[in-house]
Amino acid sequence: MRMIGGKALVQALEDAGVDVVFGYPGGVALPIFDALYDSTSVRSILPRHEQGATHMADGYARVMGRPAAVIVTSGPGATNTVTGIANAYMDSIPMVVFSAQVATPVIGTDAFQESDITGITVPITKHNYLVKDPAELPEVIAEAFHIASTGRPGPVLVDVPADVSKAEITYKWPAAVNLPGYKPTYRGHARQIKQAAQMIAKARKPLLYAGGGVLASGAWAELKELAELMQIPVAATLMGKGAFPEDHHLFLGMPGMHGPKFVNYALTETDLLIAVGVRFDDRVTGKLSSFASRAKVIHIDIDPAEIGKNKPVDVPIVGDAKLVLAAIVSELRKTASEPRTEAWMRVVDDWRARYPLHYQHSGDIVMPQFVVERVRELTKDRPTVIATEVGQNQMWSCQYTRIREPRTWVSSGGLGTMGFGLPAAIGAQVGRPEHLVVDIAGDGSIQMNSQEMATASIEKLPVKVVVLNNGFLGMVRQWQELFYEHRYASSVLAQDCPDFVKLGEAYGWHGERVTCPDDLDGALGRAFDHDGPAIVDCRVSGEENVYPMVAPGGSIDEMLGGIPGGPVSEMLDGELLTEVWE
Amino acid sequence: MAQHTLSVLVENKPGVLTRVTSLFARRGFNIDSLAVGVTEDPTLSRITIVVGGDDTPIEQVTKQLHKLINVIKIQDLDAGSMVDRELVLFKVSAPPDRRHEIIEIANVFRTKIVDVGKNSVTIEATGAADKLEAMEDLLRAYGIKELARTGKIALSRGLREGPA
Repeated sequence: MRMIGGKALVQALEDAGVDVVFGYPGGVALPIFDALYDSTSVRSILPRHEQGATHMADGYARVMGRPAAVIVTSGPGATNTVTGIANAYMDSIPMVVFSAQVATPVIGTDAFQESDITGITVPITKHNYLVKDPAELPEVIAEAFHIASTGRPGPVLVDVPADVSKAEITYKWPAAVNLPGYKPTYRGHARQIKQAAQMIAKARKPLLYAGGGVLASGAWAELKELAELMQIPVAATLMGKGAFPEDHHLFLGMPGMHGPKFVNYALTETDLLIAVGVRFDDRVTGKLSSFASRAKVIHIDIDPAEIGKNKPVDVPIVGDAKLVLAAIVSELRKTASEPRTEAWMRVVDDWRARYPLHYQHSGDIVMPQFVVERVRELTKDRPTVIATEVGQNQMWSCQYTRIREPRTWVSSGGLGTMGFGLPAAIGAQVGRPEHLVVDIAGDGSIQMNSQEMATASIEKLPVKVVVLNNGFLGMVRQWQELFYEHRYASSVLAQDCPDFVKLGEAYGWHGERVTCPDDLDGALGRAFDHDGPAIVDCRVSGEENVYPMVAPGGSIDEMLGGIPGGPVSEMLDGELLTEVWE
Repeated sequence: MAQHTLSVLVENKPGVLTRVTSLFARRGFNIDSLAVGVTEDPTLSRITIVVGGDDTPIEQVTKQLHKLINVIKIQDLDAGSMVDRELVLFKVSAPPDRRHEIIEIANVFRTKIVDVGKNSVTIEATGAADKLEAMEDLLRAYGIKELARTGKIALSRGLREGPA
């Protein structure tokens, strides 16, 4: 079929199964947007900033497990996507970004709104393309979606010059893609799977360390099966939240810098660490030399470059988490392996009872942790997606929510992008219209992309924003308090500027303010029941810290704050552990 | 810190060299030598990279290289199982009365004189690194005016034929 490049691009989106585009037009992007105007199967959403578009596509992909498309214009349109692309790259989120480009004859001449976006995004994309030959467009787009959504997922950028999107081509959607240099390994090595199963069958103190890879591969059922079969406790990272039901008795919590103490104690004491779809991030491991130092390590990951990158591994298994976990479970069943973790679980449960998360309740002041707890309780019986911004709000959300359904947790992990939560929540709402979508925000982060409140109103996406408004860049302030002698350089905001209720009203949102703990449930309930977007400005305790906390570079069993105890070597319950060791 | 010779087979497409070299820069490696050219298959190029580094970081950068979509194959060649060559052009200061000595050196090293000027000669030398270094040392006494080198290229040796 003959058509112009712009039309071919939209046709290719339809053929790739894309149902939503987050797109912001501009001069050289017009041929593409003109074609998009006619599409009946692709929903087009106009954000208010290109960064918002990328985070929306990111939030959409996190809840749907498949990519959305972003379309922006050249120059500033393209460069505004950089943070969103980097965020998706760090968290392995599939996304395809189309940037329009100046026409091929003027590329390299510093033309109006020209930027070398393929050059700029080389280190933050899984792959990128500058399409110079219009005839290649369908093939490149097919490859882009294939690369973005297979193997270790990630963002792909396709730069489309104006003359390419205007040229007439013969459109044919390729039946298959042929990439000789790209062949992800899905099936784990049989001998290593067998060895892993043998080690798991023998372990007395095993621990599953599950991350975003479990969600990317859709391996939550297999993870649960393995954990239940062998009665292995599970620590899920920030990226892995939702990979294992957080109300399950085998679920421990988040490991690392702000994980509950008992999770870090378990990581320190385990004799077999089964790492699935994780990358031993520094926020998890703390000081590497003391991280899981008593354990043999099995590492399952689809990206061979992650295995052994930070931590030496005893049994490396390159493959897809779902297939590998299923193979391990089947091996364990074949050998009729039985759990040997009863004593270990008693130790862990003892730690869990002695070192729970803790904060000081108040009848007068709204505590930020209390707000998260109330969000959790009030959304217990309805399908809910929790998004977060970045900072203290995010850590408290990690600590006090209980995510029970996979792909209902949306939070910026590796890049730690302030301003992510609101647009990501909007993207999540597009994908999951029946879910209640709540963005737990800080007063700093929310202001980084608050312009997207307009998008929510106009597109009728009823997201809820709960602002933990403490008048500070809270996590920065916390570090300044602890490590910079309370010198709050550039971290003081103002609780009443902006007035978030009025800001909400300006955008047509329902807005409420909470200054007293007794009013919290009512305000949250009204916001959640409101049929449009709503914002709840919770004026919370100003200088509350996120505890417990591993000091940067410290060992994870040596934590500041929380209930006194630790490090592990000093607080082991002798009797119980003797039993485990015997 | 050992020297590694990486032979990287890539798709012959614009921008691929940048992807490969920027990955080394991003991960803190300094490339000692680099040579690129099309292979027997015109859709493929071979990049030969010489880089210094400990085994673990080299292994990591190799794994990262593998993740580039345009990279087909990587070999970390070890000295015993590769043939490697480099070509160097030396333009050596050569007043008429000393020209003979320089030509003599060129002959001893079995290299070629490719240009003779009023006050200089240009020598084309190929070989392994130690030979080229020795030659450079000798020529330095006469004054090397300019020097250009291609960077090392290498291939793994073919398996020796013979009875099993």
